[in-house]
Amino acid sequence: MRKLIYLVLAACVLTLCFSANGWTLGRETVIKVGINAPLTGDIPKVGEGTKYAAEMWLEDVTKAGGIEVGGKKYPVELVIEDNESKAESAVTANTKMITQDDVMIIIGPQSSKQAIPAGDVANNYQTPMISPWSTNPDTTAGRPYVFRGCFLDPFQGPVLANFVTEEFGFTKAAVLYDVASDYPKGLAEFFKAAWEEKHGAGSVVAFESFTTKDTDFSSQLTKIIKSGAEVLFTPQYYNEVALIVNQAKDLGWKGPIVGSDSWGSAETVQLCGEACYGLFFSTHYAAAGAQGATKEFIDRYNAKYGYVPDDVGALTWDALRLAQTAIEGAGELTGDIKKDRTAVRDALAKIKDFEGITGKMTFTEEGDPIKCAVIVKISDKGEYEFYKSICP
Amino acid sequence: MDIILQNIINALQWGSFYAVVSIGYSMVYGVLMLFNFAHGDIFMVGTYIGFGIATLMLALFSAIMPGWMIFILVILVTMFLASFVGVFVEVVGYRPLRGAPRASAAITGLMIGIIFETGNLIILGAQRFSFPALIKSQSYNLGGIYVTNVKVLIIAASLIMMLSLHLFIKKTKWGMAMRAMSYDFLAVPLMGVSINVIAPLTFAIGAGLASVAGILYGQAYPVLDPYMGIQLGWKAFVAAILGGRGSIMGAALAGYLLGFIEMFVPLVFPSTFRDLIAYSIILVILTFRPRGFFGMEHSTQLRL
Repeated sequence: MRKLIYLVLAACVLTLCFSANGWTLGRETVIKVGINAPLTGDIPKVGEGTKYAAEMWLEDVTKAGGIEVGGKKYPVELVIEDNESKAESAVTANTKMITQDDVMIIIGPQSSKQAIPAGDVANNYQTPMISPWSTNPDTTAGRPYVFRGCFLDPFQGPVLANFVTEEFGFTKAAVLYDVASDYPKGLAEFFKAAWEEKHGAGSVVAFESFTTKDTDFSSQLTKIIKSGAEVLFTPQYYNEVALIVNQAKDLGWKGPIVGSDSWGSAETVQLCGEACYGLFFSTHYAAAGAQGATKEFIDRYNAKYGYVPDDVGALTWDALRLAQTAIEGAGELTGDIKKDRTAVRDALAKIKDFEGITGKMTFTEEGDPIKCAVIVKISDKGEYEFYKSICP
Repeated sequence: MDIILQNIINALQWGSFYAVVSIGYSMVYGVLMLFNFAHGDIFMVGTYIGFGIATLMLALFSAIMPGWMIFILVILVTMFLASFVGVFVEVVGYRPLRGAPRASAAITGLMIGIIFETGNLIILGAQRFSFPALIKSQSYNLGGIYVTNVKVLIIAASLIMMLSLHLFIKKTKWGMAMRAMSYDFLAVPLMGVSINVIAPLTFAIGAGLASVAGILYGQAYPVLDPYMGIQLGWKAFVAAILGGRGSIMGAALAGYLLGFIEMFVPLVFPSTFRDLIAYSIILVILTFRPRGFFGMEHSTQLRL
């Protein structure tokens, strides 16, 4: 009886060995690309844009017969996981894709809230990850395997300071921001530092704040107007932008008002109306007036899904193209997923002057791209028009 | 000098909202001896009703009527509809708890507020709406001071509303009944004045005023969201206490005072400290005048 059990066990082990061998030998290597996106939760529109851009990319790759590495074409598969717009789900999704699905590279998560913890997982498992949309420095800091597709907040402040100086020749600026929210507060401080570096201490003549949910800014704006400021910078979200711009005009503000990428929602113009026409803000890309490959992407997306893609869609597209370039540049695929991932990571870090639809990119050592910001002008029809691009 | 005059105008506008909303608190306190904590959210519902009516009226009549006529029509219809919201809150929320401990009634107000907020969120979604401009905003430069027609309208309309309410309470029989009720809400019903008539009436007037304040608010700050009533409601509540519980003129005055403090603090101090300093000042005033400006002896007997 005992012999029989041993025999059965031995047979089992043997079959297992053979079948495992059979897997690696018999099956063609497939390049799997993981997508970690907020398909449900607070920002489903962001998840949708991510997914649509990824599907468009897969279509292109499949049409070309796969990705060519070392003279051989490999088929590509997408693994799309929903992170429910939650940090813990993003971590779970990354872990699953890395350990079970054997993905080569991960695109996402989009928001910094999820990208920061998920990036830690990817880095620990030595799997390259590109977050297309996260602007917080912590996402990539000290993580060689984590990259991003957009510029950072410490870059956006100086960009706007330079733009205003060059465009209008002003030397006195005012800032109005929400002191209770991280993004506006950080950006307001970066802008102030950059402006004062250019024009000397005290050149930010009014640095006024309010708290989230305030609707009346007339006291702060009166102070700003009387301070002699020539330009007002306000890195706020669309609902506050509408109130600030209208109140400023009513109180007799004649100068330009400048904003940041948080203005880049269609609702800014909807809520603000004509008062916002002619104003400038910095962002990742501009849909209206786009040219070349950017226009091609927008038209294709619009024809396929029925609306103009926002910055998330465009940045995801660029992140996927970056991933593709890195895989192609990895030399050859050994079939050992761990080695291949590191080869892809090294290739990614070496990419120079990548021509993306949101601008040219070169990665720094931290995995942050050096890329241009776009200055958008709100046209007389309320559309976001490309005005100029500013490069570091 | 300019900056001070400009801020006086700003404060008059901002204080008008506090004044009109805090009157709603004060009136209910006068009659029922309780603070209607749902009042901030009644203001919010009133604003949304005003938004709906304004959008409808503009679509129907903008071709045949001048703007000011539509504006008055919107105010009248909204006031009428919003007063039912007030009656509803009284009948559903407060009437069953009239004999209950005061804390329970206060909590009821908070619950109703949350129901209004989340109900709005479910029905209309998290999207922000823009209140249509019924009066085209025009900015005038009066020797360095900027005044818009909307600002003048807000201040004037608020003063007219408060004055007519004052006359209503002092001169009419209904007003007299309300004043009597605030002295003794147990004895007055014995004289043939039913509390089940006076209480809903008080709520209806409060809600009607709040809804007009909401329409005016929509002209000045056209972005609507379901939680817009919370902060304004709490600050108006502070004004109601500061003015003296149950005193309508006191609430109005305190509302304007609050507006002035909030506008003038950032003039001297960094704006980050605005609320901290503004509400510390009020704390100091209350320490020395715990009854508020016009609080009567009998209205402070009850705690809360």
